[in-house]
Amino acid sequence: MYAALAIGDGEPLIRWDWIARNWDDDILESLKEHLILSFTPILLGFLIALPLGIACARWRRFYPPVLAVTSVLYALPAIALFVVLVAFTGLTYTTVIIPLTLYTLSVLVPSVVDGLGSVPDHVRKSATAMGFGETRRMVQVELPIAVPVVMAGLRVATVSNISLVSVGAMIGIGGLGELFTDGLRRDFPTPLVVGIVLIIALAFVSDMVLLLIQRLLTPWERTRGASKREKEVLATGGAA
Amino acid sequence: MNAILNALEWFGRSEQWSGVDGIPNRLLEHLWYSLLAFALTVLIALPLGLLLGHVRQGRLAAVSGFVVTSSANAARALPTLGLLILAVILTSAGDLVPILIPLVVLAVPPVLVNAYAGVQQVEPGLRDAAEGMGMTAPQVILRLELPVALPLVLLGLRTAAIQIVSTATLAAYVGLGGFGRYIVDGYARQEYDRMAGGAILVAVLAVVIQLVFTALRRFVVSPGTRLQYAGS
Repeated sequence: MYAALAIGDGEPLIRWDWIARNWDDDILESLKEHLILSFTPILLGFLIALPLGIACARWRRFYPPVLAVTSVLYALPAIALFVVLVAFTGLTYTTVIIPLTLYTLSVLVPSVVDGLGSVPDHVRKSATAMGFGETRRMVQVELPIAVPVVMAGLRVATVSNISLVSVGAMIGIGGLGELFTDGLRRDFPTPLVVGIVLIIALAFVSDMVLLLIQRLLTPWERTRGASKREKEVLATGGAA
Repeated sequence: MNAILNALEWFGRSEQWSGVDGIPNRLLEHLWYSLLAFALTVLIALPLGLLLGHVRQGRLAAVSGFVVTSSANAARALPTLGLLILAVILTSAGDLVPILIPLVVLAVPPVLVNAYAGVQQVEPGLRDAAEGMGMTAPQVILRLELPVALPLVLLGLRTAAIQIVSTATLAAYVGLGGFGRYIVDGYARQEYDRMAGGAILVAVLAVVIQLVFTALRRFVVSPGTRLQYAGS
């Protein structure tokens, strides 16, 4: 196994003893930083996107300008935003958290609006006819129906954020991405493999957890497969 | 705000506009990596997506549907910087191959998924009609399914192009050129105006690509199919 993985100069792709030596300090610390840097923006983004999306669904006139802004934000490279922000927030977590929050918003706002748009008109009317006020109808009827599409957006944003954090390593704040720069400096593949595997594993586990949460939130959807809109968001990243 | 003004001033200096480290040369390098990666991506992903989308029955259709859609999510999880550096360390560094590997790996899934989904969404009735008129399978793909799927195909190409242009910035990190040079060198020399200048250039390039695709969509998508996707 080792021989098969060895590269040109005899350096194996993975040195297990390096992993064992550095697990407690370097790797675990980077993992912790990575979790903070990727989940803070998701939480912040979600807290902003929900009211903003509801407002856009309620007053449709706001939506086109908001959509224009989010689609430009979506196109802006993370590294560019990190670098520009260094002037304002210095080499701190904030410099990475702000662009990733904006990125989360650019994925989540359209999916909240689309999710609310997926509520059938007759359902909305029935709720009104049953005497639901606007707020109660939103909370008890429309938002639950919007959950699958919103969750699809949340999954896309989460997985993207987890891998985007590593780009922050170019300015020295990158969680597991710092293993990459370390590997380059020393021309040593082990930290790279560890970083890549952990990031993919983290993304995969987070995706599964979100999927599980979605199942728990919408027990009535369990027998049904993913809707067309959900699949679209997952496939295209919600970019419109 | 001062920092941004400094960066703008950086654009005004004459040495920024000529020579190897001038903006024109860095732009050409950046575009060269991006175009190569984009061409490779399209060559691999577009025919594959169209073909897999075309097959609707049998075991192949079931398997390809699952593989194509999961590839999109998996690609988002891939840390490009790590992939790039690993490619540099494992192959003999210095040439273009290491940067092309992560760029193409990253860009293939959006093109593949959207081409696939676009063709899958073509109404069966349209296909029956085309076949009834005596069209062969290649004709059905090129003259019916591709034009109808074009809005989604373009969306995939746009996503891929923007990702490639953004990610090509990382090439400088392993010693290549492009706009990333300014960011990496500026960071190493603690010259903030150079870093910010590079960042602004990359951002502008990404937005220009976005606009090019918006315009392209207006010109090449048939008006008949445009209505159907007006909302997307």
